Amino acid sequence: MDGISFEVQRGEIFGLLGPNGAGKTTTLESLEGLRAPDGGILQVMGVDPTRESRKLRNLIGVQLQTSGLPDSMRVDEAMRFFCAYHGVAPRYDLLERLGLSDKTSAQYHTLSSGLQRRLELAVAVAHNPPVVLLDEPTAGLDVPSRIELHDLMRELQTGGTTIILATHDMAEAEKMADRVAILLRGRIAATGTPRELTATGAGLTKVSVLTEGHSLSETSVTFPAVSQQAFKDEYAIYYTTAPGPTVSAIIARIEAQGDTLIDLRVERPSLEERFLEITGTGGDQ
Amino acid sequence: MNAFAIHFSFEFRTGMRDRTLLLMNYLLPLGLYGMLGFLMTELNPSFRETMIPAMIIVAILFSMVLGLPSPLVTAREAGIFRSYKINGVPATSILTIPALTTMLHMVVVAAIITATAPLFFGAPPPVNWPAFILIFLLTAFAHAGLGMLIGVISSSSRATVLWSQLIFLPSMLIGGLMIPYSMLPGVLGKVGLLLPSTHAMNAFQGLAQNQVTAFAPLWSVIILLAGGILSFGLANYLFCWDRLNTTRRGHPALALLALLPYVLGVVLL
Repeated sequence: MDGISFEVQRGEIFGLLGPNGAGKTTTLESLEGLRAPDGGILQVMGVDPTRESRKLRNLIGVQLQTSGLPDSMRVDEAMRFFCAYHGVAPRYDLLERLGLSDKTSAQYHTLSSGLQRRLELAVAVAHNPPVVLLDEPTAGLDVPSRIELHDLMRELQTGGTTIILATHDMAEAEKMADRVAILLRGRIAATGTPRELTATGAGLTKVSVLTEGHSLSETSVTFPAVSQQAFKDEYAIYYTTAPGPTVSAIIARIEAQGDTLIDLRVERPSLEERFLEITGTGGDQ
Repeated sequence: MNAFAIHFSFEFRTGMRDRTLLLMNYLLPLGLYGMLGFLMTELNPSFRETMIPAMIIVAILFSMVLGLPSPLVTAREAGIFRSYKINGVPATSILTIPALTTMLHMVVVAAIITATAPLFFGAPPPVNWPAFILIFLLTAFAHAGLGMLIGVISSSSRATVLWSQLIFLPSMLIGGLMIPYSMLPGVLGKVGLLLPSTHAMNAFQGLAQNQVTAFAPLWSVIILLAGGILSFGLANYLFCWDRLNTTRRGHPALALLALLPYVLGVVLL
């Protein structure tokens, strides 16, 4: 890591994004007390993770990217085991919530990778920690499990839990995170809300149009504020800085040519596009 | 139940659920006991005299030296200790609880051997029961310490097997189990004194069986106790949570200090 600095507010979901090797896991592991930083100040709710590891244990719940439970540990045993070390009663309701209630006697190694992730998440939040650190929590999860996990994250957030989420999944970050930081080669290349980040990029909105006739097929036709245009799968695609005037002009052109509009889609720039833009330029934004 | 009891209960069950541990804790020691009981008592009838302590030490070698280290290395490699660390499981629990549960498995095996050997093979039962129990616990403690130390310093599962065999094989051959210590030639006898099994056998024979020994059994008791304390202390000191962040408090070569009481034994006895 190279001089990163960020604060996360109570009850916030904060996304850490970045390509492989950017430093997401290193950042999380330093916050978790698994890795001692060479310098700088780290605090989780006022606690130094390196020096006050005992205090830290009950403040954080962690789902690690590279960790596991003992192969022969049963699902209910895992819940009892970790809750006992946190000094709280086992949360069997969480097992039910995460679809593990019919697997309580199953040993960890017999669970699918998705169920293993769910169990790890259940034990991570069972002691009701005020801060939850999730490293690629949805990796390997099917769609229903992913939705279930997102619901659980929202529920935790509603209850005042702060969540730091490291993920590769831009759609997940855009949907879940209140703020994100994009890490690149150990530095924060950009930070803000997903909306702020997408707005500060090139800001091109994509307008895709499909017509019955060929009113838009002439490349010489131009529309206001359009900086780029292309044709793909019978759609005419325009990248514009002012979607309103562009769309009005396109519709006017179609009508003027006696053509019929079949489909028109307006897509604002996604976090993924912004991410690719930042990581592609080396983060000098 | 508190965390220690839940952890203990889980580790004890693992000793029977895990096929490798079941093999090391029960099947191999008892299988070898049955086989040697029939063979050795026919080939060498004097083996009966030392059969009970020898077979108990063999069982301890299987479980503590071959069985204990591997799960420790596997757990570290799989990131299980990372989960333990962030959930507040102390390193001392990680090191002592598997040793204690394996000791409990060994109590079962030792009870089976002690109860059946006089009946099936005519082996003499211990004369001094309190000394027998004490030396059994001490032998298990010394070997568990070495097993834990091997697990802590091994860089991989392959290295674990190598280190374990470095203790297991010589113990079987020159540790006084099959061939009495007094019958070993000079140099081999000295090498044998580096092994906990030699001292365990000497202590069992002298204090629990009231047999004649090659050297004072009390020295063996002291050496086993010191060896166990040093091994566990060093295992705790050198313990590493993580294969990714390999910050240790000392160089793994420090583990050799665990041999110090045995080396002193070679010099003094």
